[in-house]
Amino acid sequence: MPDVPHAGAIALQLVISGDPALWRIVGLSLAVSLSAVFLAAFIGLPLGAALALGRFPGRDLIVVVLNACMGLPPVVVGLAVYLLLSRAGPLGQFGILFTPGAMVLAQAVLVLPIVAALARQVIEDLWSEYGEQLRSLGSGRARSVVTLLWDGRFALVTVLLAGFGRAVAEVGAVMIVGGNIDGVTRVMTTAIALETSKGDLPLALGLGIVLITVVVFVNAGAWGVRRLGESFAG
Amino acid sequence: MRAPETRLPLALDCVRFAAGGVAILHDVSCTLAAGPPAIVLGPNGAGKSVLLRLCHGLLAPTSGSIRAGNRAASTERTAMVFQRPVMLRRSALANVAYPLDLPRGAAKQKASALLGRVGLPHLGGRPSRRLSGGEQQRVALARAWALDPEILFLDEPTASLDPAATRAVEEIVREIAASGVKIVMATHDLGQARRLAGEVVFLHAGRLVEHAPSAQFFDRPQSSEAAKFLRGELLA
Repeated sequence: MPDVPHAGAIALQLVISGDPALWRIVGLSLAVSLSAVFLAAFIGLPLGAALALGRFPGRDLIVVVLNACMGLPPVVVGLAVYLLLSRAGPLGQFGILFTPGAMVLAQAVLVLPIVAALARQVIEDLWSEYGEQLRSLGSGRARSVVTLLWDGRFALVTVLLAGFGRAVAEVGAVMIVGGNIDGVTRVMTTAIALETSKGDLPLALGLGIVLITVVVFVNAGAWGVRRLGESFAG
Repeated sequence: MRAPETRLPLALDCVRFAAGGVAILHDVSCTLAAGPPAIVLGPNGAGKSVLLRLCHGLLAPTSGSIRAGNRAASTERTAMVFQRPVMLRRSALANVAYPLDLPRGAAKQKASALLGRVGLPHLGGRPSRRLSGGEQQRVALARAWALDPEILFLDEPTASLDPAATRAVEEIVREIAASGVKIVMATHDLGQARRLAGEVVFLHAGRLVEHAPSAQFFDRPQSSEAAKFLRGELLA
């Protein structure tokens, strides 16, 4: 059992030394997970809004399935995306397996249900407050969706952070579709898994501390933006 | 620019409304023509809010018909101010500009002028949700006014306001009425009804009990329910 202060010292040393390999890993982690969240938001926010406002047969079923998909096991998603992207798979011709692009795709699939399901809840709550007023003001469906997304922006930032947290923390999907190739597809979580299996527990723990610190900084940044925005828009 | 067709008179014919099997309005028939404010009066639960929502096209009658001018009732060129104003999460000015179908600059200018008319020229840049209840209701009035409605429905707009804020709202309602907009306002406040009414639509338990010019209604109510209500007795 490695002692935590020792791991902390290693983490600090890693950060201070400015080890380029470390920063490449941190950078790739952020790039992959943020790209996945943007991709998921691009599809998930309008999808959530449509589900919040739409009344059609099968809607309840979709909502339940979407909510359930928030708990998709990353390895299963990784496997599914792997099969899609493998040479013989339907998307094999693009040859993106074991590239960061494949990792973005896999994480986006993981994050999409979270973004869509939580956005649906946020927007449905807002709609119950706004619905009558917006209809009274002559706002059509499309405009109402835009209004709700904009007025729900602060809550939706939290939704995106939940998605980001899921993406940056998972290891199964990126491991399978990325392959943990040093310098190409190695991210924080796969590096930690590797160091752990190699037995270098202090380094693994040190990397873990760096990862947690990065996540805290991303959240602090989002929080600051939110507070700043709220002071202007109420 | 006003289209030549008009949303007045507002004609209700045997309007019934039920929700979840519970009848809320029974066979309401009446006609509201252009002119001084119509006050929809009655105790809580009489069906005033539902009546206004039906006339504004937010609800559809279970049976019967509502015509605004020569078309079915709709939100088009009518506006509504609710008991609790729903402020969009943006500035007061942006709230008033929201319904305006104008280029950005022109919309801002008009919204700014309207905020001036409701006595809040200096609050345009403030986040609307940080305003007081009375200020929010005035922003809501400006926003409804921005729609350039022919009929303005008000659903107990002062029910949760203090006397000073109530007075400000009533002043604005008078000014909007004076600009030629038909006011249809629900209230259970007798004093307010006396101050504003040109005609009174008196509802009790989902039925239209009396519809009369205000002078007649307040001096010589024709129904025993209205007489009781005017004496301040509780209607069962």
